[in-house]
Amino acid sequence: MPLGSGDLAAIRLTLELASLTTVLLLILGTPLAWWLAQTRSRLRGVVGALVALPLVLPPTVIGFYLLLVLGPHGWVGQATQALGLGTVVFSFAGLVAGSVIYSLPFVVQPLQNAFSAIGPRPLEVAATLRASPLDCFFTVVLPLARPGFVTAAILGFAHTVGEFGVVLMIGGNIPGKTRVVSVQIFDHVEALEYAQAHWLAGAMVAFSFLVLLALYSSRGHKQVWG
Amino acid sequence: MTVALPIKARIALSRERFHLEVNLALPGNGISALFGPSGSGKTTLLRCLAGLERATQAYIEVAGEVWQDTAQGVFLPPHRRALGYVFQEASLFPHLSVRGNLDYGMRRVALAQRRITPVAVCAMLGIEALLDRAPQHLSGGERQRVGIARALLTSPRLLLMDEPLAALDSALKQEILPYLERLRDELDIPLVYVSHAQDEVARLADHLAVLDHGELVASGPIGETLARLDLPLAHSQDAGVVVRAQVQHFDAHYQLLSLVLPDGLTPLRIAQPQRPHGSWLRVKILARDVSLSHQHESQSSILNRLPAQVRELVPADNPAHVLVSLACAGTVLLARITRYSADHLGLAPGQQVWAQIKAVALLA
Repeated sequence: MPLGSGDLAAIRLTLELASLTTVLLLILGTPLAWWLAQTRSRLRGVVGALVALPLVLPPTVIGFYLLLVLGPHGWVGQATQALGLGTVVFSFAGLVAGSVIYSLPFVVQPLQNAFSAIGPRPLEVAATLRASPLDCFFTVVLPLARPGFVTAAILGFAHTVGEFGVVLMIGGNIPGKTRVVSVQIFDHVEALEYAQAHWLAGAMVAFSFLVLLALYSSRGHKQVWG
Repeated sequence: MTVALPIKARIALSRERFHLEVNLALPGNGISALFGPSGSGKTTLLRCLAGLERATQAYIEVAGEVWQDTAQGVFLPPHRRALGYVFQEASLFPHLSVRGNLDYGMRRVALAQRRITPVAVCAMLGIEALLDRAPQHLSGGERQRVGIARALLTSPRLLLMDEPLAALDSALKQEILPYLERLRDELDIPLVYVSHAQDEVARLADHLAVLDHGELVASGPIGETLARLDLPLAHSQDAGVVVRAQVQHFDAHYQLLSLVLPDGLTPLRIAQPQRPHGSWLRVKILARDVSLSHQHESQSSILNRLPAQVRELVPADNPAHVLVSLACAGTVLLARITRYSADHLGLAPGQQVWAQIKAVALLA
């Protein structure tokens, strides 16, 4: 058996983390992307830049600040403690929080592009056909933005699977709890278990390639970064 | 006789380098055309009526219902206004079939308020065979007909059309125009029609509102408004008047249709096939097809020679021409003649002349 039980636990944890993160990001990212695509507010530039920050920041920077904010002395950490929840650092919940921020631009930007590409006309048509704005969003905007949602989900999932720095900073390296595949590979290499590292690393390459292949072969691939 | 005009729109709107200020009242039936050059504000005005554009100050009332009154803080959003809107490009939803597009608006109108059935609308617009198609697989003309049907199926109290033919080539225009005429004649829904094409306006409109630089230049029945010499309409190359006339007689031997002009007496003979006796037709008489003389020249190939009185003469855009407005058979005619001829004939307001009509175009 090329993959040990530790490896399998890491894979399972990674898939759970990526799935949950993707679902949360689609829920949070949709209204955010819609607002960014529609608003004429001056805050648009500021919010857009904030959303894009994880693209350029070293993951350690994000991890470091999350650690401070979510930790026992940070304001979120104090709040979670006051609510009797303890702190989320070095836990799965902490990983999810970090992943959501880390992968945010990979979900919001494709959605925003998809929403912008729809343009104002279909919304006006729906309004003249008696659809309220919310009705219009569900019956016109969502169906028309479907390729954007597929892209956003794939990118959000794949990018979360690929994260390392944020996870290490905020999750630590607790087997079965916060040790994801990328960290597991790091551990193998540290321990000079190159064969084990190969199997996991190879699987990651194959997975990532297949995801991107699916993305770029699909009809909507032009909208990925467009 | 003053007729209460049930569509009222007082609108003031300021944009960067554009100002629209209009006080407009339109009849509650037939087609009202908003006519003007591009940039005159006609589309903006239409969008204000629909609530798609929010005017700085506005009072909009349709059939007794106030849609917008900035003084009272009233603004009905577009989806609460009982209107149908046809855009320049049909703008069908690409993720829905033709049937899905037609149902979209209809399903959102309460059953009790539906006055128009899909069967009737599809038959009227000739789209029965297209229902299961995707919008991408329709021709431009078919798409526009589906767009019109979709708007009608919300049983609107007011139908708004923003240059629905402008994106179509001339053959497709000819395909759609008869359908628009059917809407006008068969449905009891007022239609406000934005256009910059004079031939469309002459053919379709009953009422004409002319806009220029964000201001209302004229508004009135089509016959009177087209004949006004103070408007640029009368000065264009294909200027002319639109007259409603009633079929009186058909000469089977010479294949000539006799109409009676609005005075109820004067006949107008046109080379057209037989039409039912008593039916009403719209004809257009171009200013350049009307010549004037002092004598009743019976030795002439011109069929229609009508007694007329000169109302007004104004210089035309071409310095060699003048435009003459004539009172004739209970209506107004325009004649575009050379300034030389006008001087030669000594034309002056009040004078009796003979108007010789070289051609009459049947509009509907």
